[in-house]
Amino acid sequence: MSTKITVTVNGAKHIDKVEPRLLLVYYLRDVLKLTGTHVGCDTSSCGACTILVDGKATKSCTMLAVQADKCKITTIEGMATNGELHPLQEGFNQCHGLQCGFCTPGMIMTAADLLKNNKKPSEEQIRAALEGNFCRCTGYHNIVKAVQYAADKMSAPRARKTKKEAAL
Amino acid sequence: MSTNKGNGMATASGLIGKSVKRVEDKRFTTGHGQFTEDIVLPGQTYAAFVRSQYAHAKILSVDVSAAKAMPGVVAIYTGADVAGVNGVPCGWQVNFKNGNAMREPKHPLLVADKARHAGDAIAIVIAESKEEAVDAAQAVNVEYEELPCVVDAFKATQSGAPLVHDDVPNNMCFDWALGNPIEEVNEAMSKASHVTTLEFVNQRLVPNAIEPRSYNSSYDAINDKYTLYTSTQAPHLIRLLMSAFVLGLPEHKVHVIGPDVGGGFGSKCFHYTEEALLTWCTKKIGRPVKWTAERTESFLLDAHGRDHITKAEMGFDNDGKIVALRAKTYVNLGAYLSTFASCVPTYLHGTLLQGLYTTPKINIDVTAAFTHTTPVDAYRGAGRPEASYLLERLVDLTAHEMNMDPAELRFKNFIPPFDGVNQPGYQTQVALQYDSGNYEAVLKKGLEILDYEDFRKAQKEAANNGKLLGVGFSTYIEACGIAPSAVAGALGARAGLFEVGHVRVQPTGKVSVYTGSHSHGQGHETTFAQVVADKLGISMDDVEIVHGDSESVAFGMGTYGSRSIAVGGTAIVKSIEKIIEKGKKIAAHLLEASADDVDFANGKFTVKGTDKSVPFGNVALTAYVPHHYPKDLEPGLDFSSFYDPANFTFPFGCHIAVVELWMMSVMLSTR
Ligand code: FES
Ligand code: FES
Repeated sequence: MSTKITVTVNGAKHIDKVEPRLLLVYYLRDVLKLTGTHVGCDTSSCGACTILVDGKATKSCTMLAVQADKCKITTIEGMATNGELHPLQEGFNQCHGLQCGFCTPGMIMTAADLLKNNKKPSEEQIRAALEGNFCRCTGYHNIVKAVQYAADKMSAPRARKTKKEAAL
Repeated sequence: MSTNKGNGMATASGLIGKSVKRVEDKRFTTGHGQFTEDIVLPGQTYAAFVRSQYAHAKILSVDVSAAKAMPGVVAIYTGADVAGVNGVPCGWQVNFKNGNAMREPKHPLLVADKARHAGDAIAIVIAESKEEAVDAAQAVNVEYEELPCVVDAFKATQSGAPLVHDDVPNNMCFDWALGNPIEEVNEAMSKASHVTTLEFVNQRLVPNAIEPRSYNSSYDAINDKYTLYTSTQAPHLIRLLMSAFVLGLPEHKVHVIGPDVGGGFGSKCFHYTEEALLTWCTKKIGRPVKWTAERTESFLLDAHGRDHITKAEMGFDNDGKIVALRAKTYVNLGAYLSTFASCVPTYLHGTLLQGLYTTPKINIDVTAAFTHTTPVDAYRGAGRPEASYLLERLVDLTAHEMNMDPAELRFKNFIPPFDGVNQPGYQTQVALQYDSGNYEAVLKKGLEILDYEDFRKAQKEAANNGKLLGVGFSTYIEACGIAPSAVAGALGARAGLFEVGHVRVQPTGKVSVYTGSHSHGQGHETTFAQVVADKLGISMDDVEIVHGDSESVAFGMGTYGSRSIAVGGTAIVKSIEKIIEKGKKIAAHLLEASADDVDFANGKFTVKGTDKSVPFGNVALTAYVPHHYPKDLEPGLDFSSFYDPANFTFPFGCHIAVVELWMMSVMLSTR
């Protein structure tokens, strides 16, 4: 038994028939081949699978694909615009916010949600926002710095917002 | 100095030691990393396992009939099917004190008779999709007879303990000792004016790399060739163990690729049964098979770390000088010997018990036991942090018991500075020879950063203000850059521990580097490129680092034991030296000089004392277009080197932790 869903992912509309039990993360990874969203725990603990669903950071291993029907989804693959990295992507590189990189997409998506609602988060607020995202490599300090870097860049007076950023 | 693409990378020498931005980040920050689970092959099938619910149980029957009828099922195999296949062996032999070899029951790919730890694999189910494989695995019916189990290393060795392997009496894998004869240590200890005794458990840890282990194995029947994608830290090592020792496959017909790997911390350098089993299955079914661990399986199966039960005693004279150290440790190996399990609590642990101190008499005695638990192996530091913990707890405790300052006590006992050049290396009582060290300096620096005197004053004041301020010290040394092969071999290693670095200069002067070392977060693509660009005086953009592929480089021992730059980096440098040497001959020919008169610096070959020079790129081109070329010199500019280190590296350091406790009492009452 399959259910038809219509989902907009990174600006592109997809209509697919999916099994009702299919997790959203596997829909993205296996059906749409967007493998930047990772599965670290399959138990809603690690945050590696975080994406934006209608702009809200969501652990995609915790949601069924059928629940995403008519939703707008952004995954890590949709963060750069025309080859220009999102300030968070740049920040993780500038601040050495990653080692193996497996947790990074989830970190970036969670941080994107934070920065949308809080332009100048304090260190504590960043740490609190990222509490559902595990990194086993870095020890988090540089991840916090990366988010601060992005916040600074995005709120710099003359920063030109790309359409994508404004829309997230 | 010019930069490229705004990335701040220098193009000239001087790159080593510079902080540069990582080149691998782009693919990871944009979602384009390629991890094993991301790879889907044509005709892909998916595996799920039936695993023991019990720590110890007889398997009375395995009924797969219902499961076989489930939708999408391709094949199901049980222990009976792989009865003729070897189990996974250990890579390091440790002998009993009496010289007998350790007891080494192999780890079966699937167990047929009994399960020896929770999670032990009983059957593999292969289906068209992950979901169908999991569904069918749940439909396999296993009848168990639960048996008593033992999970504690000490208890496992006591008489009457349930046996993990019927042919391993007392569950004892081996006993082992290192250092001075125990009689000498006992005598020194008996003369001590103070003996500090510490009994402790260094608890078991679960490694939990964020990427679950994942394997995808395929077989090309036309060419009789296997390809295994694996989330490993050591592709060649897996190929060797799997092909030669488990499956009996010709090594050249097995291609092992460790693509992007999401952290390992040791847990991904071992050869796991699933790698071999999937490779065995792919030929049987003629289709690729993929399996990715669920997090529960990561907890149950990825080799754990530590798990020591130790009693240690340190003897001191009146003045606080250490006179002897004696340690007895029961080591939990889990149910099977993982790849390096036997060397971790022995040669990576006992050999570090000299620490930074001049302790004249040391003896460590280890009993290694099988238990009904997950196998234990190298994890973050592996054996060496356990040694530091043992020593540093003893020293801190002694300071407390003897009413001495813990920093002072350390200064009193540190090995005096030695540079390994004017003063010889320091010969420890436990086999290693430290190359050089200045241990006082690191503690002094630490105290300076803390402002120790000030801290002690603040501590007194805090006590008057209802707070408690505490300080903990840990100074340490580690043996890294693993390892000189001959030393490792003498100690039981069944492999060499060199590394291979292959540098291929392309005709246009661009450089491809192939390393047997593997990056799973270390950033080889940046660090190694930095070294190569520095040595050749070219831009980092002109260097590509290829790692993780058994077919791209002659061999490789992989990444663990802090060996990447020390061993893998040096192998690359050796190849660069060969390139420069050959380049000088080519340049000499072009410049009409003698090769001895040619220097290489900043990307240019120059005739000494003149301004006659030729850039590296021209020499590279000439090597591939050898129209005007030295007679008797082969064309091409392409070298590979094996580097086997002469000694370990011995990094040392100091950690100081300050903790503040706010004291208050709270009265709770119910109303
Ligand atoms: S995979 Fe979704 S939270 Fe870990
Ligand atoms: S970078 Fe490896 S888990 Fe975060």
